[in-house]
Amino acid sequence: MTRITTDTVEQVADLSKLILSDEELAGFQEQLDKIIGYFEVLNSLDTTGVEPLAHPLDLRNVFRQDTVEDSASRKDALANAPDKTDEAYKVPVVIESS
Amino acid sequence: MQYETVIGLETHAQFHTRSKMFCGCKTDFGAPPNTQTCPVCQGLPGTLPVVNRYAVELGLRAALALRCHIAPVTQFDRKNYFYPDLPKNYQVSQNYHNLGVDGRLEIEVDGQAREVGIWNVHLEEDAGKLEHPEDTGANYTAIDLNRAGTPLLEIVSAPDMRSAGEANAYMNELAAILRHLDISDCKMQEGSLRFEAGISVRPVGGEKFGNRVEVKNLNSMSAVVKAIEHERERQVAVLESGGTVPSQTMLWDVQREVTEPMRSKEEAKDYRYFPEPDLVPIEISPEWLDQVREQMSELPAARRKRFIAELDLPPYDAGVIVEQKPIADYFEQTVEQGVEPKTAANWIMGEVMRVLNERLCEIDDLPVSPPMLAELIGLVTDDRISNSVGKTVFGEMCSSGKKAGEIVEEKGLAQISDSGELEAVVKQVLADNPDAVADLESGKQQAKGFLIGQIMRATRGKANPKLAGELIDRLTGD
Repeated sequence: MTRITTDTVEQVADLSKLILSDEELAGFQEQLDKIIGYFEVLNSLDTTGVEPLAHPLDLRNVFRQDTVEDSASRKDALANAPDKTDEAYKVPVVIESS
Repeated sequence: MQYETVIGLETHAQFHTRSKMFCGCKTDFGAPPNTQTCPVCQGLPGTLPVVNRYAVELGLRAALALRCHIAPVTQFDRKNYFYPDLPKNYQVSQNYHNLGVDGRLEIEVDGQAREVGIWNVHLEEDAGKLEHPEDTGANYTAIDLNRAGTPLLEIVSAPDMRSAGEANAYMNELAAILRHLDISDCKMQEGSLRFEAGISVRPVGGEKFGNRVEVKNLNSMSAVVKAIEHERERQVAVLESGGTVPSQTMLWDVQREVTEPMRSKEEAKDYRYFPEPDLVPIEISPEWLDQVREQMSELPAARRKRFIAELDLPPYDAGVIVEQKPIADYFEQTVEQGVEPKTAANWIMGEVMRVLNERLCEIDDLPVSPPMLAELIGLVTDDRISNSVGKTVFGEMCSSGKKAGEIVEEKGLAQISDSGELEAVVKQVLADNPDAVADLESGKQQAKGFLIGQIMRATRGKANPKLAGELIDRLTGD
């Protein structure tokens, strides 16, 4: 039984803003289906009465105080940007409405 | 057919903290672009967030004020979506274990108390800002990440409001609470308070809700009110013509005052929430909650009630004064100086707020402290200066920072309450206005008001109006 259909892969690709060819769709369908299959092993475990685990570490309340620390310089902040203006990151036009 | 509007509001308020939610970068508004960022809020791989404890406390204040059930253990989740203002491609938010749930907020509309349910109160981080270059030919969008990671409180109401008026009351009451408890400065023009409205209509008495339209891009409370009224009309028209209203996300167009649908692809909501593995759970002990309660000042509703019951303020005055905590504090400190409350309220709602509006400043920036205002009011109530001179003196105090007594002394503004001194002025005015005197003697009382006005003019407002009136009566042989 396939757990992941090509429709699901298409939807995930769409959410990730990826354009996939038909071959890629088929390839990822097979791979993702296998990955999800591994999780089926976990499903075979009986977890009745076991509280869902919020976090694997047995730590709670790790905080910092509300104090200001130095920020990076703008030059450093923008250093790795593939495209930038003098003061900002540059990305392709984002249209918010039709 | 009669329709009713069903409204729920999502509120985002930036916390009034010094630093961001998960790193030590500043949260100052208006800083030059990309100067308040670090690898954590830039979303660089390999960085780890650490929770700002004070932001959690401010969230707890809000959850308590909105009478929520507080989670004994709360946890962050990742909300995944792909948009350039979000450097990590997910927003750290809360979905499964919200800080507070099942609360309520009492509002008052047309003298009627109503309760609006609060579904949840949760913590999250703000996104960056997209700047679209003014040059329309420019084919890029600029990103400023200063705002990314700013601590944010989201408050989700139940769809319990039935009119734009109720939504307005809800927004105002919520903002008053957030300001009073110093949770957020709620400056809508700076984006520190934002709303999204879920709006549907249904036939009156219907049990099922209509399809819900979510309206975004609401940048002021009046935009929310207008968008609700517009959507109500639009949706009723669709239903009346036999159509169905599709569930969708719309954007409010401020200029044209209409809602426009968002492109459908972008509204495909699939956030794939999952627990944030980089942050461990937060346990909220009863002791911690007690500490937070102790830090909380009186809520606006309680303060209004107290002002009405104990200080005998009219409900309208109490509403205006309590809307902003610094003004309510200023009022109370003025009353503590022995000023009669209603008189203090009149001065604050009149002169003080006028100056604040003119100068676009906050009451804390005013050089006139409550004891200084009390001194000025004292001079007026003791008839040492007239009310109109009092207003002039107040203006002078605001610009020079001097005390009222000093200004009155320096400028010789003390009221003329000596009948001998004033009599000469009154005689002159009567002689100059024989027509008015004739009118008065033939019984036209409004002529007296005119004459007093002339006396005030002649004395540059320094005449004691009561004494001037008595002198007119005596000298006209009335």
